[in-house]
Amino acid sequence: MSDILAVAEHRRGDLRDVSFELVTAGRDLADAAGGDLHVAVIGGDVDGFAEELNREGVDTIHTISEGEEFNHDVYTQIVEALFDELAPELLLLPNTVNGLDYAPAVANSLSLPLVTDAIDVEYGDELAVTREMYGSKVETVVEVDADRVALTIRPGEWPPAEATGDAEISQFDVSIDESAVRSTVTGFQEVGGGDVDITDADVLVSVGRGIEEEENIALVEALADTLGATLSSSRPIVDNGWLPKNRQVGQSGKVVTPDVYIAIGISGAVQHVAGMKGADTIVAINTDASAPIYDLADYGVVDDLFDVVPALIEAFGGEPPAL
Amino acid sequence: MKVLVAVAEVADVEDEFEIDGLAIDEQYLNYDLNEWDDYAVEAGVQLQEAGDDVEVVSVTIGPERADETIRMALAKGVDRAVRVWDENLEATEYLDSETKADVLAAVVEDEQPDLVLAGVQSDDTAFGATGVSLAEEVGFEWAAVVNDLEYEPGSDIASVHRELEGGVEEFTDVELPAVLTIQTGINEPRYASLRGIRQAQSKEIAPKTLDELGLESDVTDSAVSLTELYEPETESDATLFEGSPDEEADQLAELLRDEGVEA
Ligand SMILES: Cc1cc2nc3c(=O)[nH]c(=O)nc-3n(C[C@H](O)[C@H](O)[C@H](O)COP(=O)(O)OP(=O)(O)OC[C@H]3O[C@@H](n4cnc5c(N)ncnc54)[C@H](O)[C@@H]3O)c2cc1C
Repeated sequence: MSDILAVAEHRRGDLRDVSFELVTAGRDLADAAGGDLHVAVIGGDVDGFAEELNREGVDTIHTISEGEEFNHDVYTQIVEALFDELAPELLLLPNTVNGLDYAPAVANSLSLPLVTDAIDVEYGDELAVTREMYGSKVETVVEVDADRVALTIRPGEWPPAEATGDAEISQFDVSIDESAVRSTVTGFQEVGGGDVDITDADVLVSVGRGIEEEENIALVEALADTLGATLSSSRPIVDNGWLPKNRQVGQSGKVVTPDVYIAIGISGAVQHVAGMKGADTIVAINTDASAPIYDLADYGVVDDLFDVVPALIEAFGGEPPAL
Repeated sequence: MKVLVAVAEVADVEDEFEIDGLAIDEQYLNYDLNEWDDYAVEAGVQLQEAGDDVEVVSVTIGPERADETIRMALAKGVDRAVRVWDENLEATEYLDSETKADVLAAVVEDEQPDLVLAGVQSDDTAFGATGVSLAEEVGFEWAAVVNDLEYEPGSDIASVHRELEGGVEEFTDVELPAVLTIQTGINEPRYASLRGIRQAQSKEIAPKTLDELGLESDVTDSAVSLTELYEPETESDATLFEGSPDEEADQLAELLRDEGVEA
């Protein structure tokens, strides 16, 4: 048997989208391998989650009620126990922050080779996984020569499974070794409130590391002012303390859906794109014509932002600041 | 107490580059300290400054060239460094996270740190797995994607924030010994002072081979191999404005007006 075991992810009462994407990826692989797709859901309202996860293509859903939220020490023990029980060929996990908090541990403990952040997978004689390197500048294929493999998939790359299925739902019991639980989740906090809500803006002028220096932020601020737009940014700008956290667009920042998004000196890293790909019209100003932002952009100016942005301010009748 | 900071020298690729077989041609690569590791170094040095008796040791897997990068960490206050390399590692085409974890685990055995800090991921391969693999390998507790660390040197517990998606942070208490993978933005990495750079010259970077760490050469055997490396086909159907910056700006302004953007 060449079964696939996928582990769903949920947070604060809701299954995350990637759980349904795992079903799609898992079904494809199970078909190629000629096996069953098992989906596990651990903690929280497992019965409710199981109902939701019962999508076409899932053979069995394993529910494990253990705690409300993710705890990697608990997840690790359960996934290992389930893996031992089912002996699947492939363990499929999400390439999320929590996925990366336990997938490597499980893989190491089960002596499975691990490939993370897959954007495509082919199952032939060997498992061939497509992933990116060097900030998306190149794609690579890695092959895994092993009977059993662990794989994490990038959120957003597979369509979510939608149609209802007729999976068997099975409760799986594990007795947790409490002495091996050496971390405790004590709470959650939403960050990045504050004066401006960039998710409300119709037009965002967004600045990235291409701006080079804190003083130069004044230039994009002037553009935003001239256009009556709101200023947002990629992560390094916030990491540097040049703009507050509530301006950050991306996976760990805000998801925005403005009419117009002007990305200035932003490369378009996957974690940034996760926050802005839903914008209606995307404009990029970037010297590097092969930057991944251009895969998304509707319009682009491949030129130096320090020349283009002042000219754009002037074209709208504004006055660029002296830098 | 001892803090071990795992750092990597990574290659950044120039805008225009060529591929040579399964790698990018060396002339288009610029080597630097991995972005995430810079924050891990800073976190380590801050702990050293907060405690009376805290030693910070850096470890890297890399060729002699990497000494330059390691010196930057030493110049910022790391006490000494270990660099692991030998002909076996040199001959390994694809160092997967399992191999890295095994090698780092041997250094952890040697050094017996109380806390290990590593970057969330490396800029180049972006596997994001080495720190947590290492923790499991040596039986340490861990936390991934840490963007806030409260820790009194000597204490048994570190309180961390883990940065989840969508602007949500998780608060977690982690028992030591532990491995934490450090997210950018957790602190403000310092620049190396001239004095620090001078002092770094006399600090030790101990080269170690796999053999010296008690590892068999088959530790580099891996089930994962790189079979293709290529420039992704551009999916871009962006309309590019052309001309001088002024002309480009005018065309862009016209577009923006059409889109309803008003000055
Ligand atoms: C767990 C995790 C979560 C993350 N969350 C987020 C997130 O929420 N949001 C986010 O943005 N990132 C996030 N990141 C970081 C992300 O991986 C990238 O590092 C980041 O998005 C890069 O920002 P950037 O595009 O501004 O910088 P870079 O990638 O350095 O790009 C700068 C760009 O500017 C261009 N440029 C340089 N000079 C000029 C000039 N004079 N004129 C025009 N163009 C110029 C360059 O060609 C380059 O394309 C996260 C990473 C991890 C691991």
